[in-house]
Amino acid sequence: MHAVVAIKQVPDTSNVRINPDTGTLIREGVPVIINPYDVHAVEMAVRLKERFGGKVTVLTMGPPKAAEALVECIEQGADRAILITDRKFAAADTLATSYVIAHAIEAIQAEEPVDLLLFGKQAIDGDTAQVGPGVAARLDVPLISYAIQIEAFDPVARTAIVHRRIEQGIEVLETTLPVLLTVEKEIAAVSRAPLPNLIRAAAYQPEVWSADAPAPFDPASIGIKGSPTIVGKAFTPPPKGAGERVHVAEVGLAAAVGTALARIAAAGVVAALPAGINGGQP
Amino acid sequence: MTPQTTPQARRIWVFIEQEDGAPHPVSWELLGAAQRLAAELDAGHAVVEGVLLGHQVEAIAQEAFRYGARRVYLMDDPVLAVYRNLPYAAGVSQLVQSYQPEIFLVGATTLGRDLASAIATRVQTGLTADCTELTIDPKQGILAATRPTFGGNLMATILCRQRRPQMATVRPRVLPMPEPLAEAAGELIHAPLGMAEEEVPVKRLRLIPGQQQLNLEYADVIVAGGRGLGGPDGLPLLEELAQALGGVLGVSRPLVDAGWVSAEHQVGQTGKTVRPKLYIAAGISGAVQHRVGMSGADFILAINSDPQAPIFQVANLGIVGDLYQVVPELISQVRALQGGDDHVR
Repeated sequence: MHAVVAIKQVPDTSNVRINPDTGTLIREGVPVIINPYDVHAVEMAVRLKERFGGKVTVLTMGPPKAAEALVECIEQGADRAILITDRKFAAADTLATSYVIAHAIEAIQAEEPVDLLLFGKQAIDGDTAQVGPGVAARLDVPLISYAIQIEAFDPVARTAIVHRRIEQGIEVLETTLPVLLTVEKEIAAVSRAPLPNLIRAAAYQPEVWSADAPAPFDPASIGIKGSPTIVGKAFTPPPKGAGERVHVAEVGLAAAVGTALARIAAAGVVAALPAGINGGQP
Repeated sequence: MTPQTTPQARRIWVFIEQEDGAPHPVSWELLGAAQRLAAELDAGHAVVEGVLLGHQVEAIAQEAFRYGARRVYLMDDPVLAVYRNLPYAAGVSQLVQSYQPEIFLVGATTLGRDLASAIATRVQTGLTADCTELTIDPKQGILAATRPTFGGNLMATILCRQRRPQMATVRPRVLPMPEPLAEAAGELIHAPLGMAEEEVPVKRLRLIPGQQQLNLEYADVIVAGGRGLGGPDGLPLLEELAQALGGVLGVSRPLVDAGWVSAEHQVGQTGKTVRPKLYIAAGISGAVQHRVGMSGADFILAINSDPQAPIFQVANLGIVGDLYQVVPELISQVRALQGGDDHVR
């Protein structure tokens, strides 16, 4: 069983700050983490390897610093890690990114066949959820997005049964292998890395792939050239402006609540509170 | 251009999402937006069209006409009875290549997100996810698609200058629902899928239905709780208020992460975008990730003991106080008002 997991190192968006003067993101000092969904994708791959034997390859496109994220995946139990890094990849949108990842997977596949491709359902910095489905389309493999469970996996018969969460409930799908899954956190609970993995990871150096070697990328499909979309402008969301405020400590509980209900009624937004009532207003 | 030449229509497409023959209302919201974009782009020649895939779903096309589609391209095939990525993506991509729309809007639902990225990749164009605002850039005459990024901390306006169609997804309830026309006709164009069931490697074995449909996105009244509840025991209190107001329960993310309530109740960046008439936020501090999901409400009442809580920045009215006092008082005053109202009648 050979699983390939694509991961991304992202800024921890719960710690992102905005420069109030320029309206731009302050990247300095913001901690970077492995995209939280990707951690579960790696875990799923490692679990399958434990059960069926085989290999887990992890790859990422990003700056040299993203090597740290790959080493963490080795700690988790991945066997091989590839960092795709080059200035030529900079400013890639999701179309260019899916090209790079798909092309790299094709190169890996040429060395040894792949049964399973795993992606987090989305990355928390962009939240687009587009790269995994894009890679599936490029490689022409079945896509199962928002996967929450692998019910059955048969690398010999080359089939799998996967549960995915959709708006109507849980859809149970049967697919041939290879398949590409984008996963929710429920796909696999993350366990503590065993000591041998930690020892191996301590000395592990991810392979570094550039735009030119070992799997030359099409220059027209990467970076800015390969990206149909550009950011026209970026700005901080305008504040709506605070409305009225009443303090229970100042006006008392009944009056505070009465004021609220009177305002809601006056706005005429709720049938259950007809306009025209004067809920406890003095 | 001389008056005699027939100018090429500039097509603005909307994917008409349906499941089991029921259209998703986000399709109508998008048709409303498409009409606004058509007027901005080229009032004379821009035309709004729908794309509908499924099996025995022709009736939905009539509805699309009422919401402003002038033409609907319909692929009706048993292979399309249940949504699956491959046949849907292949079918829509064929249509895109045949008719070359200028703009293509898709709902940012589970189905729409899965589909839109596959189409954009197949036709090699740009796709902007989860837009909150769509306009035409007046200078360049192209789509300006604005979306939150970095967890809602930053807004970015994305342009797709050269490739077509310019694709965008928009979540349900981000755009207003247009009024349908009482009577409307449009042109229905049947298109063949050209794919056999044997060519589809993914089969649906079964569907485990979710709990009763909550439909948070389309609720008129939402009473939402956050970390300030301090524990799951406060939830029944909020449900009681929601019930009194004819609404439903919403929550912020920490409550879902803590396992107190299921994810279908979650409002915000990683949950649902809602647009109720009344949103009551009790014990929600109002991190930006939550606010992006609810700031479109008509009236926001915030209850928080911390006067500095950012939720007050978006609230029409804020009550600074302990929710465990304020919510029971709200319930009792609402009941009294409703009782009084009955009495008057």
